[in-house]
Amino acid sequence: MLDLLTGFVGELRAAGIPVSLSEHLDAAETLRHVPLEDREAIKYTLGASLVKSSTHWPAYETAFEIYFSLRGPGYSIATDDESGAELETDDEGSGQPGQGGRQGKGRGGGGGEGMTPEELADMLYKALLGANNSMIQAVARQAVNRYGGMEAGRPVGGTYYLYRTLRNLDLDKVMERLIDQARQATSAENADEGHRGPDVTLTPLEERLLRDEYQSRIDQLRKEIESEIRRRLVADRGSEALAKSIRKPLPEDIDVMHATRDELVALRKSLAPLSRKLAVRLARKRRHGRKGPLDFRSTVRHSLSTGGVPVEPRFRYPRPSKPEIIVIADISGSVASFARFTLHLVHAISSQFSKVRSFVFIDGIDEVTSYFEGVDDPTEAVHRINTEADVVWVDGHSDYGHALTVFWERWGEEITPRTSVLLLGDARNNYHASGSWVVKEIRSRARHVYWLNPEPRAYWDSGDSIVGEYANYCDEVVECRTLRQLERFVGELA
Amino acid sequence: MSSDQTDTTPGPGAARTDEITSGFPEAGAPRFESIDAVRTGLAGVDYLADDGISGVVYLADRLAKPVLVEGPAGTGKTELAKSVARLTGSRLIRLQCYEGLDESKALYEWNYKKQLLRIQADSGQSWQQLEEDIFSEEFLLTRPLLEAIKSTEPVVLLIDEVDRVELETEALLLEILSEYQVSIPELGTVRASQIPLVFLTSNNTRELSEALKRRCLYLHIDYPGLERERAIIETRVPGISQALADQVARIVRSIRSLDLKKAPSVSETLDWARTLVVLGVESIDAEQAKDTLHILLKYRSDIDRASKELAGLDTTG
Repeated sequence: MLDLLTGFVGELRAAGIPVSLSEHLDAAETLRHVPLEDREAIKYTLGASLVKSSTHWPAYETAFEIYFSLRGPGYSIATDDESGAELETDDEGSGQPGQGGRQGKGRGGGGGEGMTPEELADMLYKALLGANNSMIQAVARQAVNRYGGMEAGRPVGGTYYLYRTLRNLDLDKVMERLIDQARQATSAENADEGHRGPDVTLTPLEERLLRDEYQSRIDQLRKEIESEIRRRLVADRGSEALAKSIRKPLPEDIDVMHATRDELVALRKSLAPLSRKLAVRLARKRRHGRKGPLDFRSTVRHSLSTGGVPVEPRFRYPRPSKPEIIVIADISGSVASFARFTLHLVHAISSQFSKVRSFVFIDGIDEVTSYFEGVDDPTEAVHRINTEADVVWVDGHSDYGHALTVFWERWGEEITPRTSVLLLGDARNNYHASGSWVVKEIRSRARHVYWLNPEPRAYWDSGDSIVGEYANYCDEVVECRTLRQLERFVGELA
Repeated sequence: MSSDQTDTTPGPGAARTDEITSGFPEAGAPRFESIDAVRTGLAGVDYLADDGISGVVYLADRLAKPVLVEGPAGTGKTELAKSVARLTGSRLIRLQCYEGLDESKALYEWNYKKQLLRIQADSGQSWQQLEEDIFSEEFLLTRPLLEAIKSTEPVVLLIDEVDRVELETEALLLEILSEYQVSIPELGTVRASQIPLVFLTSNNTRELSEALKRRCLYLHIDYPGLERERAIIETRVPGISQALADQVARIVRSIRSLDLKKAPSVSETLDWARTLVVLGVESIDAEQAKDTLHILLKYRSDIDRASKELAGLDTTG
């Protein structure tokens, strides 16, 4: 057991969750107090000592499922006859006489093959309608058997199996069927009772609630299928090999440029608390900074409570001026999501700057500061940028040279020695003129010029990237691929 | 049990040395039998715990470690500490954290004014005597943390909203959290005679320091699932019908799935359920839901959004 725990802790560390030695010891201590046969209890109590942040919990859960997965003959991939799994299913299903019977029939007819697609679909529908947990599990197991097409020994993470299973089940259609069924039931009921017209169906509120209800059941099914696939993979290849292939980065370590849609959602969610924390931290830093000169008046005032003896001297706190920020962001396809996150973050902490102005460009450039004014929620403003900003000049391919030149002509005057200028982009200029003289001019007027590049450092100056040319005139070019890097940069800036 | 101990204490002077030197912190008799005992016990005081909560509370008792509870506002973090205190029959000592909290408010403070009076009242004494006298326990004002340590009866210590104190102030807590002792330079070290159950709550407005996290068990309380929320409504709102409780729980779940500024918390849900009971509502329709949404949601834009999602279809359909 201790070996298993050590391996597990190693996996957590590899996944980016910091686990200290004393936390490891606590976890080992935990195992002495919690009954080992209670898997859920182990999961939560181990988590209590190993995971110290709620954003790390999903990663922990995945690792836990792999290392402490249920093993047994029922979960092996090569199942010509799923007697182990089936037997269990039957026991659980028999609580519901009608459904249990159907299940039995399905197996009897199909034998080793499992059941026909129609029967499986029917069973799925029934399971979702009745919110019967054990039945949902059984369906998940069957579906993976039938559609997953899992092959032993392949070094994959299982996403493909999941996709294949879900595509065959066609959950959207099931959802519609469930809703239709509910509609019919209501109208039938009303017709029977006769105190309303037969055309009365669900009210929108009821329909909405039902939809959410079924949605949560379908989500549950999806989870069941996922863990079923994972269990089989573990049985096939062992914990350690699998953990490596399905390890997911923590939200703050996701590469923004290559994030999948799900990852982007996770990113967006973690952005709000991140910017809030950053704002709090910066405000504190500002207030609790250095001590200033003695505040004589305040000292005398406070000495009154100690009989005129100035026991505690009071100081004036310096109020350092806040920097002005100008953000110039490339929002062409390749770096759009990165630009959005940066704009979001900068505006979310705009109280820490005396002024924030934002410009976006592709080959034309436009000011978008007004979108953020008077809006509580930067998300909305960022959305408006995508739809309303006038950033296309000729063909909608990045042209840094033209965009910078226009910027200099129209707004160059407004850069003062108190301004920090942030340039965002991968500097992939499609072989247009660079316009780097503008950056040089900006540098001579502004306090600082920083370039944030969302590409890995190794790709800089390859192909049509000319970041090196701009770098000559920047104070610093920063690689900013993840939220963590972005947060660190903005934190230092303010 | 506790009254016995206080009765046998002869007087303040003698008690002082006793309390300070005696009582090495030992893990006392476990408070809970098993994880299930925690759960049923908490249910007995109207707090419905899930697997995670009861598991961690059980472990906190067995390992004698503090629990750091995080989660969205209004999901019952503070309530958990109160319920555990009620369950174990302990005294609840609460330290509300705020920005600027310091040693003198959290741990102890010398009563300067009384010391000054003492010096002025009797100037004939030698300095040595006087010094010993004014730095005695008589002139010590105990604050919540020291109070919890010195108490001879069982105690639950709640350190509320620990994320509001500065990073440096957190260090104050470290000694008490890991060793259950407080060092006072003039007096020596005060050790706990019993290990208090400690709960720290945080709303996650900033990252707590690694040192603090390392010493604690971590518990994240999220919004409850449908079943648990329904059960909570039923236990906490007297006179609510099962059908209504079910409906409330389902509507709240739908609202939480929307993209809102502030999702309705459990306490707001309970307020809403109570309102509906007072209004004599048997089953909620869209109109009533819209009229009472302001109890559930506290932002104008959220209310508009939710009523559009829940009931707005009325106009089109």
